[in-house]
Amino acid sequence: MLRDITLGQYYQTDSLIHRLDPRTKISGTFFFIVTIFMAKNVLGYAIAAAFLVMCIKLSKVPFKYMVRGMKAILLLLLITVVFNLLMTPGEVMWSFWKINITKEGLENAVKMALRLTFLILGSGIMTLTTTPNSLTDGLEKLLGPLKKIRVPVHEIAMMMSIALRFIPILIEETDKIMKAQMARGADFDSGNIFKRAKALIPLLVPLIISAFRRAGDLAMAMEARCYRGDVGRTRMKPLHYEKRDYIAYLVMILTLVMCIVFGRKIWW
Amino acid sequence: MSIIFNHVCHSYDTDTQLKTDALKDVSFKIDDGEFVGLIGHTGSGKSTLVQHMNGLMLPTSGEVYFDGKDISDKEYSLKELRSNVGLVFQYPEHQLFEATVFEDVCFGPKNLGLEKKEVELRAFQALKLVGMKEELFYQSPFDMSGGQKRRVAIAGVLAMKPRVLVLDEPTAGLDPKGRDEILELIKKLHDEEKITIVLVSHSMDDVANYAQRILVMNKGELIFDDTPKNVFKHVNELEQMGLAIPQVTYVMHALSEAGYDVSTDISTLPEAVTEILRIKNR
Repeated sequence: MLRDITLGQYYQTDSLIHRLDPRTKISGTFFFIVTIFMAKNVLGYAIAAAFLVMCIKLSKVPFKYMVRGMKAILLLLLITVVFNLLMTPGEVMWSFWKINITKEGLENAVKMALRLTFLILGSGIMTLTTTPNSLTDGLEKLLGPLKKIRVPVHEIAMMMSIALRFIPILIEETDKIMKAQMARGADFDSGNIFKRAKALIPLLVPLIISAFRRAGDLAMAMEARCYRGDVGRTRMKPLHYEKRDYIAYLVMILTLVMCIVFGRKIWW
Repeated sequence: MSIIFNHVCHSYDTDTQLKTDALKDVSFKIDDGEFVGLIGHTGSGKSTLVQHMNGLMLPTSGEVYFDGKDISDKEYSLKELRSNVGLVFQYPEHQLFEATVFEDVCFGPKNLGLEKKEVELRAFQALKLVGMKEELFYQSPFDMSGGQKRRVAIAGVLAMKPRVLVLDEPTAGLDPKGRDEILELIKKLHDEEKITIVLVSHSMDDVANYAQRILVMNKGELIFDDTPKNVFKHVNELEQMGLAIPQVTYVMHALSEAGYDVSTDISTLPEAVTEILRIKNR
């Protein structure tokens, strides 16, 4: 029932992108987002697209698998396109009743659709090729300097990785409790909205109780292994950059620069 | 009244590469008043199988009949099926949610749409049946011990007055005393209330002492369907599936190998005692 949901979906395979340092991938995603917004003409978009296609090919994640993640934002994409198409003033290309479609509107709609698609696919590559744990590790290291101004970076990263780890557990738990209550005649999918909200009580109460129980157990297990936060803590797999990471940074910066140079409006 | 499985198959994730067959061509029949033990290693398909018994899962192919009616039928009322076939999940105490024990047990019959009086009567009877003391009725279920919580949860299913009671590992995580209490309760439900019992377990000792018939599952297939004595003859096959035979049966095998003339066809403690005394007194 609920087991079909994939969140923070990691795709297990061995590729160059998988082996990159998580910090490289996080910065890479950031660079890519900047690149997309620097692109002002067709050439700029072509450069960004080329970079994206290269990353997808290198990651060895089937394109179909990636697109599946896009379905969730299809509605958002559609709304953006429709609003841009209808709400942008400018030179009218086509009109019908009170609806005017302008040249600028069409341009904006296409641009926004492309940007959103690139954005989702680009960040998708990061989450698909990096395990949630190394992602938070990378984030912790990247944000490390903020510790100097007393931002609890380590604690935030630890909370993130625990939260991610608990998602599948809680989904499974929900599934189990739902079935147990259905076996006692509970009905989760009929009736009006109030009835349905009320039907969730027998699901939510045991779920919250079990979440607290698990949190308590986990805290106990961490204490039993002498966890006391960041200070003095060493890592099993310390992050360090390899040659491939430097090459990746180079490619990323090059893409950004090319996009800024060739992607300016005057070129088209 | 009977439950019939006719060539039932069930697969997860049918349309992806991750397709797994949890049940492969399973056929059997459970009659009224039986006490059936269902045994299998983790991942053998036991849990999937029992969820077919009350329609929480429907077969991918094949049919499940309850009282001669196909439960996959569109007109078939799954709610009615679930009131007839009570399913107690593993760690059922995790499903408790109401503020008092009594209210929690009322949840099942209330869902059946019964009158308030009837609901409360049934809850009262069910709690009495599982041996709850009346002074505990209005306590919070969360303040109770593990064994007590579990009995409350079983009462929650019994209050729907099922004719068949399916219990998935009802003794998991209990201490020996709590385990014996639960097993005795199940036996009482079978003997006195005439409820058909399906007991899922991986402990051969539990099942051997109570069940009249044993179904053994392995990798989604039904391997054996026979009396405990006949099933326990297949020591090697069972061990290959990661299962064991009851401890007393091992003792009898060891005695026999040591040269004593005892029968190895024994699965419960009282039987073993009589058999050993018979040899000793000769």
